[in-house]
Amino acid sequence: MKDRKVQKGSGGNAAVSKLTFRQRCAKDWQKNKLLYLMIMPILIYYAIFKFGPMFGLSIAFLDYKPARGILGSRFVGFKHFKAFFTNYYFFRLLRNTIKISLCSLLTFPCPIILALLLNELKSAKFSKVAQTVTYIPHFISTVVVCSMVIVLTGSGGAITQILHALFGVEEKAMLNNPSYFLPIYVLTELWQTLGWNSIIYLSALTGIDQQLYEAARVDGAGRWQQMLHVTLPGIAPTIIIMFILKMGKIFNVGYERVMLLYNDATLNVADVINTYVYRQGIVQAQYSYSTAVGLFNCLVSFGLVLITNKISNKLNGSGLW
Amino acid sequence: MANAAAAVRPSRNQKKKSHIKESLGSCIFDVVDVIVILILMLIVLVPLVHVLWASFSKPALYAAHEGLLLWPEGFSLESYKAVFRNRNILTGYGVTIFVVVIGTTLSICLTAIAGYVLSRKDVMWNHLITVLIVFSMYFNGGMIPFFLVVKGVGLNGSIWSLIIPTAVDTYNLIIMRTAMAGVPAELVESAKLDGANDWTVLWKIMVPLVKATIAVLVLFYAVYNWNAWFNAMLFIHDKAKEPLQLILREVLIQNDTSSMTAGSDTDAYLISETIQYATIVVATVPILAVYPFIQKYFVKGVMVGAVKG
Repeated sequence: MKDRKVQKGSGGNAAVSKLTFRQRCAKDWQKNKLLYLMIMPILIYYAIFKFGPMFGLSIAFLDYKPARGILGSRFVGFKHFKAFFTNYYFFRLLRNTIKISLCSLLTFPCPIILALLLNELKSAKFSKVAQTVTYIPHFISTVVVCSMVIVLTGSGGAITQILHALFGVEEKAMLNNPSYFLPIYVLTELWQTLGWNSIIYLSALTGIDQQLYEAARVDGAGRWQQMLHVTLPGIAPTIIIMFILKMGKIFNVGYERVMLLYNDATLNVADVINTYVYRQGIVQAQYSYSTAVGLFNCLVSFGLVLITNKISNKLNGSGLW
Repeated sequence: MANAAAAVRPSRNQKKKSHIKESLGSCIFDVVDVIVILILMLIVLVPLVHVLWASFSKPALYAAHEGLLLWPEGFSLESYKAVFRNRNILTGYGVTIFVVVIGTTLSICLTAIAGYVLSRKDVMWNHLITVLIVFSMYFNGGMIPFFLVVKGVGLNGSIWSLIIPTAVDTYNLIIMRTAMAGVPAELVESAKLDGANDWTVLWKIMVPLVKATIAVLVLFYAVYNWNAWFNAMLFIHDKAKEPLQLILREVLIQNDTSSMTAGSDTDAYLISETIQYATIVVATVPILAVYPFIQKYFVKGVMVGAVKG
């Protein structure tokens, strides 16, 4: 039966399109009833927990009071957005968010370089061991990694002592010093994610046609040239996709990590939009105001993804969509 | 690809001349490569080893030590005794294990079902559903509306708030769908001719065929559930229901070891740092112990997911 359908191809489609929309629905339902029943719980899940919050964004334009509900709350337009843009902390939050994101964006090439280095290793066994070791930090929770950092860079911590001996860093808790927060944050993130993020590039590397390397070798290309002219172009699409995804996260800097590492002494350089949303919304229960701040954040992120995607489509025709 | 091959062509003429130099350069490259990787491995391992040794050290000796430990300073299980004196750590362990086992099971079942349905062709609404689901990956309501929704459906304060709101991860769902779409359609068709319906096909045919992908997704969900703490901070207000990571945060970051240290204040001060290390070890060993055994699966699985879309 299936074969016949495939053979007919466009003929079959024409017959289908003659049916009205309702008839097609009925036919589809008859055939795939069980499939729709199976996916129903997942659709309900998505409706509540993924799309529910999207509709919940509407409270950014209300004076939302939980007791009155969304429909009973007063509409206030852009009041909360105005309040945020004129807030004393607005520029500080924006500056910190962008600064921390850009610094962690600087580490973007690191996993690519690691993947290339792992790929060039002669011994497969050593490469395997190196991979096993570098993936480990991914499996250690952010809470534990951050606490290790806090303890090790504390006033009597091992890292503080070493840096004291080498560079004369003061033997005080380094995370209480605003000028150390950013490097510590970026290095912590890098330590935790470097190995794991390289996997995707490693798997892209295995997809490169080996004949290309042979051709390059015949043409007299050295290792370095092969890497530059065969390997890198081969994984370029993966790099671009990862870069676009990373752009989308720029305004959602790892706020969990920030929240675990910052303290009152470093608030001035460490407070980002999302940690501010948490304090305003959850701790102080200013739901509408913090939702407006979150919505601003969300729109900027989404915009950045769209722009990056557009640019990469223009440059080499390979974007996310 | 063609460009890449063309680009290296000019160097053909120099082939003979640079042959020796290149092999020397190649050697240097290899050596530098190995050294860099070794340094990276040390950077990963040294802090972990330090934590492990510190946790076994005698508190007083450790306090006097400077720099990283290459060997324990004395040997003492005092810190571990203190960790297990803290009842919260034990209840936290219980909660986390519950969430990991039940949450991962639920997640993997839902992901398999959704992945199967969305991988079927000739299902009219699949395209729309897929577009909506992928959209939710790039745009979401954010922290506060999510918090209000979970509160609204009555999960606030319940241990299920750690499981249900994060039950399906879209990225994992797409990996599952891609894997199932790769299974030859004939297998499904022939089972259906034998009278099997989609539900039976899913569990009897599809799941065994994509079990490598499922193993990876089990790992992803389990690691997520083991490490999650933020939602617990939002929704759990009862010490007895707090998962391990939240307890860890209190012990390690808010530095509350009071429930574990007994005796005089100076003792408490000396022992508290080694207690923190022991807590880290207790919380990390289980997942690191499982990890080497499943490693061979996930590289394969990530490759499945690496296929675009």
